[in-house]
Amino acid sequence: MGDESRHKTIFEVVPGDKLELFQKWFSDTIPHNKALGLVVTAVRKGGATMRLDWQPHLVGNPETGVLHGGAITAMLDSCSGMAVATVLTKAQPFATLDLRIDYVHPATPGQPVLAEAECYRLTSNVAFTRAVAHHGDPKDPIAASAGTFMLGTKGKAAVGPHAVRVAAEKGRGA
Amino acid sequence: MNLLDRLHAARKAGDVSRLGEAIPYARWMNMAPENTTGELLTRMRYHPQLIGNTHLPALHGGTIGALLETAAIFHLLWEMDNAALPRIINITVDYLRSGRPVDTLARAAFTKLGRRVASVAVEAWQEDRSKPVGAAQIHFLVTPVK
Repeated sequence: MGDESRHKTIFEVVPGDKLELFQKWFSDTIPHNKALGLVVTAVRKGGATMRLDWQPHLVGNPETGVLHGGAITAMLDSCSGMAVATVLTKAQPFATLDLRIDYVHPATPGQPVLAEAECYRLTSNVAFTRAVAHHGDPKDPIAASAGTFMLGTKGKAAVGPHAVRVAAEKGRGA
Repeated sequence: MNLLDRLHAARKAGDVSRLGEAIPYARWMNMAPENTTGELLTRMRYHPQLIGNTHLPALHGGTIGALLETAAIFHLLWEMDNAALPRIINITVDYLRSGRPVDTLARAAFTKLGRRVASVAVEAWQEDRSKPVGAAQIHFLVTPVK
């Protein structure tokens, strides 16, 4: 590996359709994200967007049909994690250290929720993220979050050459 | 029966577990409150759909955040008289350890209960209570019965 490619992100060097790959890495092969039905709608270096459709079993208030905060929490955590993955320059596992979420406005029952996350700073140990959940206008959010992720935690990297192989194998099996 | 009516019925029967059935998301996540030992705990029964990392394996961080929030809601419903359902303002979750594929328990306590805002601290653990997997500080808008 030359000096130049060492500074490139995995996102830039990974072959194939990036949206399809990240859908596999961050939804299809993560049981809880798959159970929620998270759909990766866009991915770029430093940012990610996802969609969560309203579903009756995700309701927190049975009188109003408003989604439970827990489903939004899981979505913002996943979407922020995916934003971190797009800026990594080497395959390494990472884990959420903390996540702060402001619930600005209740989600509208029946409407899909979109999440937009960005990783705005990457250091050798910690990645910093911010994200919003909204119904189509990020300036009118349902929730806003700030998160930090520890890099180089134990386990296997979710993203990288190994994960490309895993995704390919799972793709064949499905 | 609405949630507050259900709460009154559960209180009368002294059985907090009925509260979990009233919330679709709690049912789907296998979360239910229990007070068999005299303290109010919320249990998230292990289910393969809670996994976030299949290699370790470890629970999805979002499920631990969701448990902490749900445990705080059950605590608010059970430990105070509400004229309306509490509404979450914000949550700060600290992830302390990776959650293994077993049951997770959570216990909430009031940091401060005011006339409009309740501040609640929650901790979640698995087999060993002295080794928490996550902790949260949560603010709720509340409407106490006058």
